[in-house]
Amino acid sequence: MATLSRADVEHVAHLARLGLTEEELARLEGQLNHILDQYTILTMLDTEHIPPTAQTIELANILRDDVVTPSLTTDEALSNAPERSGDHFVVPAILGGGEGGA
Amino acid sequence: MTDLTRLHAHEMSPLLRVGEVSSRALTEAHLAAAERQNHSLNAWLVIYRTEALAQADAADRRLAEARRTGPAALAALHPLCGVPVGLKDLVSVKGGQATAGSKILAGYIAPFDSTVTARLRQAGAVILGKTNMDEFAMGSSTEHSAYGPTANPWDLTRVPGGSSGGSAAAVAAFHVPLAIGTDTGGSIRQPASMCGVVGMRPTYGRVSRYGIVAFASSLDQIGPFGRDVRDAAILLHAVSGHDRRDATSAPIPVPPELLSLPDSDDEAASYLRGRRIALPREYFVEGMEPGVAARVREAVAAMQAAGAKVEEVSLPHTDYGLATYYIIAPAECSSNLARYDGVKYGFADRSSGEFIADYLRTRGAGFGPEVKRRIMLGTYALSAGYYDAYYLKAQKVRTLIKADFDAVWAAGFDSICAPTSPTVAFPLGAKLADPVAMYLIDACTLPVNMAGLPGVSVPAGLSDGLPVGLQIVGAPWSELSMLRLARAYEAITARATWRAVEPAELHLTDDPTTPSPAERMTRHTQGASATGSGGQA
Repeated sequence: MATLSRADVEHVAHLARLGLTEEELARLEGQLNHILDQYTILTMLDTEHIPPTAQTIELANILRDDVVTPSLTTDEALSNAPERSGDHFVVPAILGGGEGGA
Repeated sequence: MTDLTRLHAHEMSPLLRVGEVSSRALTEAHLAAAERQNHSLNAWLVIYRTEALAQADAADRRLAEARRTGPAALAALHPLCGVPVGLKDLVSVKGGQATAGSKILAGYIAPFDSTVTARLRQAGAVILGKTNMDEFAMGSSTEHSAYGPTANPWDLTRVPGGSSGGSAAAVAAFHVPLAIGTDTGGSIRQPASMCGVVGMRPTYGRVSRYGIVAFASSLDQIGPFGRDVRDAAILLHAVSGHDRRDATSAPIPVPPELLSLPDSDDEAASYLRGRRIALPREYFVEGMEPGVAARVREAVAAMQAAGAKVEEVSLPHTDYGLATYYIIAPAECSSNLARYDGVKYGFADRSSGEFIADYLRTRGAGFGPEVKRRIMLGTYALSAGYYDAYYLKAQKVRTLIKADFDAVWAAGFDSICAPTSPTVAFPLGAKLADPVAMYLIDACTLPVNMAGLPGVSVPAGLSDGLPVGLQIVGAPWSELSMLRLARAYEAITARATWRAVEPAELHLTDDPTTPSPAERMTRHTQGASATGSGGQA
């Protein structure tokens, strides 16, 4: 399987929106490659005709009537907001901020 | 007067009902032990003295009212009414913290009760506090808590296992008879094994996860810790059952017999006659400590002598479990933990004033090293060009791992018996520098999660003075049978000398000059840093 370069580690960190220090990036490059090495064992198995398993209990769709039931109040929902304005969460400016992500 | 902290919940319940002991007295005794010893153990992230005593008084009023009303009213009370319990600090309790062991949730106050909390309140249990854990339940030693590690009461220089290490240590140290944990790859069974207590991961879908901080949603389950099988069964009964607020909770009835496992050892032991136990040869391989393998083989031999039929079987895809798990769980965690964005709740760094930069700073500063490692692994495994090679491949191997177990049930076996952990508790700091060595500790437990099965770890003796766990795994929804089998094993070993041994270093925890677990871990990692890490499993 693949090997992660330093540039790959930086790219994945950006995809994951993790701001990492130089030291963290260096350590992760070694550790992630060591862990990826363990994954190579899976290539020994032929799984071409094996279906994937995403869940283990055979539950079909769970449906309910579309009726309003009590839920959190606006104040409760906003009670842990780092910043709030009236009945809204305050979000940092998204537009005009420079880079657009990956 | 006997020490109230030594009582099992199933012993407390009859005393509470007749009024021979009050919930307030029980709660006071347990609070005192937890408060006195938490410096040395760090099992608790918060102890709710005021709230617990108020709940105890409310339970005493319920009990008194039921006594006045009559035997039917008393019988209708749940056996947990008035009994102190601990909750892993990822269970939401309205108005209280739920840090999940992370700095990113420091200061968060849950605005609602989890379903587990609501059911415990309904039963009348007393919530003593919240227990320590690896950050977001990612770890096998509780050393990845942002609030310092927990020590093992059997040896204060060693880990209690993890991720539910605080719950396991608190139960082993007699701070509570019962505690709740979660198990994604072994996080209940493995610390139960290392702390010498009983811990059960139920079938996926048995307990509602509403209000529990998520790690890997196709694997996470909630379950009980207790000092014996009857207690674990009582707690499982209280929290199990379908919940419309968790679409993955299953509409399967909860067996009422969980409340009436036999008190009599003879009656309990008779359950073993004719049971078919499978012994998977892949679980007794290199890396297993000889003392662990020996105790587990002795346990199985004892069950055989009591009438069980034991046969060796093969679970041929066991060796692929570790890689499969460490793709699927990080992939799911990278998705689940995307919610920590510094907007709706939790830690936020808004110092740059720019959206992406603040996002990177918030998550970079809020998460600890193991969580970052897993988010990175998961993001990579799900990223364009690698999805088929990693995530899809792992999901296909998961099918094969599950099929291995299905074949055992189809062959008519009642259960699979195996070691819970390949090693006894290891020294604080020994595996911190080597993530793969730490991951290997879960090798015997995580296949069970990938197949969605119930598994219970029960104490099976000591190796070098430290507890060894026997893992009993069953078919989906067979919790009652697994616990009956576990109770039977407990019964046939009831008079074993090791059963009377209490955690060896518990007495040291009363001494305020005993070093904290964090001090011990720092000391060890400084001493070991020259060689990098300790031996692997």
